[in-house]
Amino acid sequence: MSPAKRSTKDAAAAGGNGQVGEEAEAYLARLRTMILIRKFEDLVQSLFLRGEVYGSTHLCSGQEAVSVGVAAALGADDRIAATYRGHGHALACGMSPQKFLDELIGRETGICGGRAGSMNVVDLEHGLIGCFGIVGGSLAAATGAALALRRTGNVAVGFFGDGAVNQAYFYECANFARVLGLPVLYVCENNGYGEYTPTEAVTPGGIVGRPAALDIPVSQVDGQDVWAVHAAALEAVAEVRAGGGPFFLEARTYRYTDHGRGDPIKYRSDEEMEEWRQRDPIDIARTRLAAEHGVEAARLDALVADVDAEIAELRSRALAAPFPSPDVTVPEFAPAEA
Amino acid sequence: MAELEFRKAIWQALDEELARDENVIFFGEDVAKAGGVFQVTPGLRDRHGEDRVFDTPISELALSTAAFGSAVCGLRPVFEIMFADFFALAMDSLVNQAAKYWYLSNGQAPVPLVVRSAVGGGGRFGAIHSQVPAPWFQAIPGLKIVAPATPAHAKGLLKASIRDNNPVLFFEHKRLYSLSAEVDGSEPELVPLGSAETVREGSDLTIATAMKGVHDSLAAAAELATLGIDCEVIDLRTLRPLDIDAVAASVEKTGRLLVVEEGPRTGGWAGEVVASISERCLGRLDDCWRLATDDLPLPYSPPLEDAFLPGTEAIVRAVRERGGVMPEGAA
Repeated sequence: MSPAKRSTKDAAAAGGNGQVGEEAEAYLARLRTMILIRKFEDLVQSLFLRGEVYGSTHLCSGQEAVSVGVAAALGADDRIAATYRGHGHALACGMSPQKFLDELIGRETGICGGRAGSMNVVDLEHGLIGCFGIVGGSLAAATGAALALRRTGNVAVGFFGDGAVNQAYFYECANFARVLGLPVLYVCENNGYGEYTPTEAVTPGGIVGRPAALDIPVSQVDGQDVWAVHAAALEAVAEVRAGGGPFFLEARTYRYTDHGRGDPIKYRSDEEMEEWRQRDPIDIARTRLAAEHGVEAARLDALVADVDAEIAELRSRALAAPFPSPDVTVPEFAPAEA
Repeated sequence: MAELEFRKAIWQALDEELARDENVIFFGEDVAKAGGVFQVTPGLRDRHGEDRVFDTPISELALSTAAFGSAVCGLRPVFEIMFADFFALAMDSLVNQAAKYWYLSNGQAPVPLVVRSAVGGGGRFGAIHSQVPAPWFQAIPGLKIVAPATPAHAKGLLKASIRDNNPVLFFEHKRLYSLSAEVDGSEPELVPLGSAETVREGSDLTIATAMKGVHDSLAAAAELATLGIDCEVIDLRTLRPLDIDAVAASVEKTGRLLVVEEGPRTGGWAGEVVASISERCLGRLDDCWRLATDDLPLPYSPPLEDAFLPGTEAIVRAVRERGGVMPEGAA
């Protein structure tokens, strides 16, 4: 794990006028994104319970620091492939929360016109190749993207859960990327469970031994601390961008909610959940910004209020948006090259 | 006039498209240094560089997703799956990623990739190196399946496939690789996908088929002509989307349709052609049926394999035995 950079300058600069340093401003923005993701997920869950979000939902509450910390280490021409638990990845990429919410409730104004839904959403304008509904599909897509990106010095990032390291996709793609020296960062969000099953019950030898066996450099990081994630991601991305080939980052994190629709969450204890709640990534970020960067409580509270207002606005706009018409004829194939 | 061998036609198409567009890349197992197990691609690496033509691990799933991911990021990848039977290992990327992306993303990016693959029986390779897995993909919207019968078409169709903005499965029948045919340079550079060609005109029966089936059907038509049955033969050239218009136009003339498919009868593309023509031309039809293989894996032993495949003799026999539906006095 890389040590997080501590800034004493920021704390000094804070003074009494509410101004803070550059690093604190950057992390305030990251904290805001994390709060947005958390509240977005709460909104999605409430709309799901009302029957406005269809099918299933896979929420990432508790895992916000991983997507935010990694996304902040990337440039505009880098690419991300995300999982079906991908709302955090998408928002961290910069996808419009309004277009995203509209998509999730099946509206024409959604980012994919209501065709994709949560598990298949794409936003290339913001670097998101897509969310992938098949476990391992995301790291695979990122591997392919890296084949194109190596021409331009850019990097592909594939997020995936601990369950994906048991898929053929993982072994084939990690090996392929290593053999070809592709610029891809594999980010394993280890939240301790593959659906309902504890990771250790189905992952003998652990996670990082697997990429290590393929001669891929690995690092492990506390996925609840956005500073730690960001520092580790910066290091990993720099190595990948410099031509070092693939890199594997395991972020230990936790999902607060059920796996998805129909999951009664009977496989973990209240004590375990409470332990992880004590290491909440948003609380950690708030605490660090206050203690190490002198950010005042009022500023942090204002951030929350600001997100609350945004969420309320998102909700009312989304619910007023039109559904797509089934009467439109859709061509099966992309048109010929111009 | 010059002779063009089928495998050389494919080589030329790859060579020309690699030269034409730097976004075209080509990769697969043993395709670069060794030139491919069917010797279709020798020398392409030297001509276009090892960044653009390269060997890969034996990883069909990784190859497919490498093509998908690079295609949505601006490249036009072509890759080889050595034997089409190995498509089974690559399904998720082709079916769930590549085929659906254009639609699901609401048109944010096309997926211009081509998979070249050797298909077909008759080579004594046994059940798992001889299939024509078109039906595995027939029900997958967004995919195209190309199946050439001649060297000139192989070249023009492959070039068109590489320039197409959709995922294309390009099937090369193993029994055709060494086929040579005369070309005079007047052939069109591109053969459009989704368009069939009438390769023999006739008035009594339409035979629609593809790949090796075209040559077998032409030979059968010559034999049937001596029996007074005048067959029209249609080379479908693309199995998805099917050119049903061309078949229907022919059936309007002949009133009878036989579809010859190398592959199991149940669930094949021949059934799809028969169904589509039944829907469209029922009032005009005197007969409509298909000749395919039994619903069994392809056997290894030569007499068993030969009897299993729908070759020239089987086609002649099928037409003669159909009975009672051919023009009066025929057969």
